[in-house]
Amino acid sequence: MKIGKHVSIPLVAVVASVLLLGCERPPPEVVQVGYRGLGMEQNYNPRLLQASVKENIPPESLPAAAPGGLMATDVYNNVQVLSDLTLAEFTRLMVAVTVWVSPKEGCNYCHVPGNWESDDIYTKIVSRRMFEMTQQTNADWKDHVADTGVTCYTCHRGEPVPKYVWTTDPGPGQPSGMTPTGQNYASSTVAYSSLPYDPYTPFLDQANEIRVIGTTALPAGNKASTKQAEWTYGLMMHMSDSLGVNCTFCHNTRSFMAWDQSTPQRTTAWYAIRHVREMNQDYIWPLNDELPDSRKGPYGDPFKVNCMTCHQGVYKPLYASQMLKDYPSLQGPTKAAAADAAEAPPVQPAPVEEAAPAPQKL
Amino acid sequence: MPEYQNIFNSVQLRSPAYPGVPLPKGSLPRIGTPTFSYWLGKIGDAQVGPIYLGFAGTMSLIFGFVAILIIGFNMLASVDWSIIQFIKHFFWLALEPPAPQYGLSIPPLAEGGWWLMAGFFLTAAILLWWVRIYQRAEALGMSQHLAWAFAAAIFFYLSLGFIRPVLMGSWAEAVPFGIFPHLDWTAAFSIRYGNLYYNPFHMLSIAFLYGAALLFAMHGATVLAVSRFGGDREIDQITDRGTASERAAIFWRWTMGFNATMESIHRWGWWFAVLTVITAGIGILLTGTVVENWYLWAVKHGVAPSYPVDVIVPSPYEAGVAQ
Repeated sequence: MKIGKHVSIPLVAVVASVLLLGCERPPPEVVQVGYRGLGMEQNYNPRLLQASVKENIPPESLPAAAPGGLMATDVYNNVQVLSDLTLAEFTRLMVAVTVWVSPKEGCNYCHVPGNWESDDIYTKIVSRRMFEMTQQTNADWKDHVADTGVTCYTCHRGEPVPKYVWTTDPGPGQPSGMTPTGQNYASSTVAYSSLPYDPYTPFLDQANEIRVIGTTALPAGNKASTKQAEWTYGLMMHMSDSLGVNCTFCHNTRSFMAWDQSTPQRTTAWYAIRHVREMNQDYIWPLNDELPDSRKGPYGDPFKVNCMTCHQGVYKPLYASQMLKDYPSLQGPTKAAAADAAEAPPVQPAPVEEAAPAPQKL
Repeated sequence: MPEYQNIFNSVQLRSPAYPGVPLPKGSLPRIGTPTFSYWLGKIGDAQVGPIYLGFAGTMSLIFGFVAILIIGFNMLASVDWSIIQFIKHFFWLALEPPAPQYGLSIPPLAEGGWWLMAGFFLTAAILLWWVRIYQRAEALGMSQHLAWAFAAAIFFYLSLGFIRPVLMGSWAEAVPFGIFPHLDWTAAFSIRYGNLYYNPFHMLSIAFLYGAALLFAMHGATVLAVSRFGGDREIDQITDRGTASERAAIFWRWTMGFNATMESIHRWGWWFAVLTVITAGIGILLTGTVVENWYLWAVKHGVAPSYPVDVIVPSPYEAGVAQ
């Protein structure tokens, strides 16, 4: 009995600390976002929220450029996208993008020293396309980014490669006799659930059907399997994790499929998914031949965009800081480039596919 | 008298080790020499062993080990035979049923064949264990309440892993073998079929499950509370006046007007436990086979209430959005 008494206190301490290991220091705050009694609420931890707010303060905007003066194209050669800017605005934007994307590396991250017009460094070609992507996002995807819009900083945060990018995940190494299931592996991508750990490839790059729930009370031919629901669930875990919100940010969880029960945020998210697909398909993939291997995944696919890339755990990136309004040149395609954009293929229609998102065999 | 308020056994009976009644002819021998454990005596009988395995028990263990080895080695292979990764990811690892395109056919081993095989061996092990329970009860001259209660649980297990997949025409509808994976499967299953909480048999099952827990707590507490009067000798006091049994009965009659008897409370408990899994199995068998979306089913039948909505969100698909 004596031994029992000596051992019991440390034993209780060890067991208790193991049990509490996954817990978050309280107190959480609950914000009600729907009708009372439905659990339509968001949970926030004030301590973590404070840290997150600190991490999401954008840099000061540069002083506005003096209007008028020479055009950028009068001074520089090979200005393809930002061709209708004045020299002052153009220079200001170049300084800003250096602060946003390559503050340590400076101009020479993209430019050949002493030869501004050269396209010899791949990052210059990439950044040109990224300017177009940003402009098109702000002009055509207001259903997603509203008038807040995005700048280079929304994703880059002072780093040449945004912190949160993804490539198709081959999963853990497996012997040849195994067929990968694409799930059942502890992964941060799906918030450490055992759900399929790469929901990005089928849903945010390819356009597989996300909806699995039947829309009739009785069976009427919906062949989606429970396995397919796990892929959709995996994507939703990613979205929830990326935005720092619960399911109830968009859905009334009593009926995930019902639009008439959902919050307006679900519409934004619906457009966001299409927007991300377009960015990956139309802007990132075409650059794949330019990119070095260090910017590609194990299957040779480029670093791509998902919800976390911009949102970084915040329901509105950078807590909706109004950066874009100070940079009119990013608010839409430049006039000269707009002519080309008209020839660009229209946004992909929402695909209607029956096929299950197959386990990734790339 | 604080000894009556202990939450563990305060009295341990120690008699010479007793192997139990003689076995019927044709039985295999009992295994093991009886020993005594002070700590086990705190929570039950201090005598440990001997055990009777017999043919059914032995075969059940063998089949069960085969199933566990198939599942375990598949899990180990899924992390490239790395023991460290196996331990690190153990709660996440699984043996998945075949993909939907295989329907009810027998897929290659690596694509669900192992799952079918593990399922066969596990089911065989469980059924043999049921036989063993039936036979042990018979050997002791007992009624078969345990075997039929276990059979109800087996019905639920088979509903999930065999009967419903067959009705749906796809092994893919079955549950994976794995700790977190089977939990995530449960959530995904509920989501896929429009929220299982609106399934009335799921409701019944929960009511019986929680009811069983409540009954167990009421009965356990009642008997412990009258154990100072010998209440643990429940049944032999049932018809007498002034016994612990009668006090327990009067307590509940005074409290809620009605009381179970020392015998009937066990029938209450048995039925609640058995109905938990029977209703659960029925709920599973109806899902996807005759009901597609339980929420919409509940709306149709006036089960799901409607709430005031601030903003009606139109479906982008119906709003005619060109994307």
